[in-house]
Amino acid sequence: MSAFLALLGREIRLALRHPADTLAAVLFFVLVCALFPFGVGPAPETLARLAPGALFAAALLAALLPLDRLFGADAEDGTLDQLLLSGLPRSGIAAAKALGHWITTGLPLLAATPVTAALLNLPTDAWGAALAALALATALLSLLGTVGAALTLGARRGSVLLPLLVLPLAIPAVIFGAAAIEAAAAGLSPSPFLLLLGAGVSLALPLAPFAAGAALTAE
Amino acid sequence: MDGRLNAGTGATAARPNPGGRSLHRFANPGRFLRATGRLMPILWAAALLVLGVGLVWGLVLSPADWQQGETVRIMYVHVPMAWLAMGGYTGLAVLSVMSLIWRHPLADLTARELSPVGAAVTALCLATGSLWGKPMWGTWWVWDARLTSVLVLFFLWLGHASLVRSFDDPERGARAGAILALVGFVNVPIVKFSVDWWNTLHQPASVTRLNAPGMHVDILYPLLVCALGFTLLFAAVVLARTRAAVMERRVRALQLARARREEGAAA
Repeated sequence: MSAFLALLGREIRLALRHPADTLAAVLFFVLVCALFPFGVGPAPETLARLAPGALFAAALLAALLPLDRLFGADAEDGTLDQLLLSGLPRSGIAAAKALGHWITTGLPLLAATPVTAALLNLPTDAWGAALAALALATALLSLLGTVGAALTLGARRGSVLLPLLVLPLAIPAVIFGAAAIEAAAAGLSPSPFLLLLGAGVSLALPLAPFAAGAALTAE
Repeated sequence: MDGRLNAGTGATAARPNPGGRSLHRFANPGRFLRATGRLMPILWAAALLVLGVGLVWGLVLSPADWQQGETVRIMYVHVPMAWLAMGGYTGLAVLSVMSLIWRHPLADLTARELSPVGAAVTALCLATGSLWGKPMWGTWWVWDARLTSVLVLFFLWLGHASLVRSFDDPERGARAGAILALVGFVNVPIVKFSVDWWNTLHQPASVTRLNAPGMHVDILYPLLVCALGFTLLFAAVVLARTRAAVMERRVRALQLARARREEGAAA
């Protein structure tokens, strides 16, 4: 457990000392959301109709950005080999990486969500649902993305391959997440969709670190 | 035939582990090539014969649907392709388990050669479905649960095909591909049950029902013959690709050995 916490702490310290990566993801999220009004026109109703899907697509793409360096930097300087020898189970390494990715990318994206929700004219009633849905969806993407990053580690064109592997699996997160926001915007309860998203996270939580750990063995 | 049986018992004597015997019998590439070499002509002939009968029966002789007219004949290609897309992915998952647990080298090679064929079959399923959807539903594409999950299946096939080919070390690629295939297998039950879980445009299953198939035997029998024919053709194509991959590997090994010999002679 202490090794897990040490690895998690290292991930967070690295992100704090190089804030540019996190900032790039957040800026990407805001910029993509700011592009939509130019594409579809600034009519408030159109934007509000589009907001749930646009928020989700932008957030998931932004969360993908730092993934190809998740294991890559450690593999290059030998840290990954040290980690694999450290006695921490491989799935534990993957779980710490996934949690670290969520804390250093998912949480900043959540912090930027009010800005993007306002840019897209999302009704304020739906902001709570949007935050909850994005929290769960980014957690799911961190878990799936860790699997993708471990699988494409050392591959040619790995950074191109990674979204191709991860995004199809993330489609359910977009469907249920956007549905939760739409339900809240329409004055309905978003909880059925949030519960389905939570079920997805609960399913991926034990399985994804296991799969990512198995992929790390191959180094 | 005797030679193969003798070779099989020879393997038994050499490897005392009875559990791995049957699986590892074909791990020897030479034995695999010999055994499938005898099987291939039979498989090709059976595939073309059954498929010929099925296609003529389905596309010419069987009656048109009273409601859909002649367009119902798209079904004789569409439904077998859909079954093969799902069945093939299940096969890929089985091969991946064999590869991860037993490190079976031929499972790796077969999985590598299976995924482009699986992607092609899934693409044909989507394309024929789209051609059928235009006259029947009035649209090429809807974001229906079944269509979406089959599209995800197509992406998973493509992802597997490109992942296994993007490593310099083929073993690393095979392992990554096997893990991806198992992760992606969660999608197969979603494809299967999508029509029951979400009540959208695509019709529910009408052949594999517990009580009785929801179609007349005049349509059902040619469909089953077509499905058998396409399955045999699928198996023949995948086996032919795997045989070619084994031989390619052997050619490469021979070339490397000769280069090394010549280098040694020069030095």
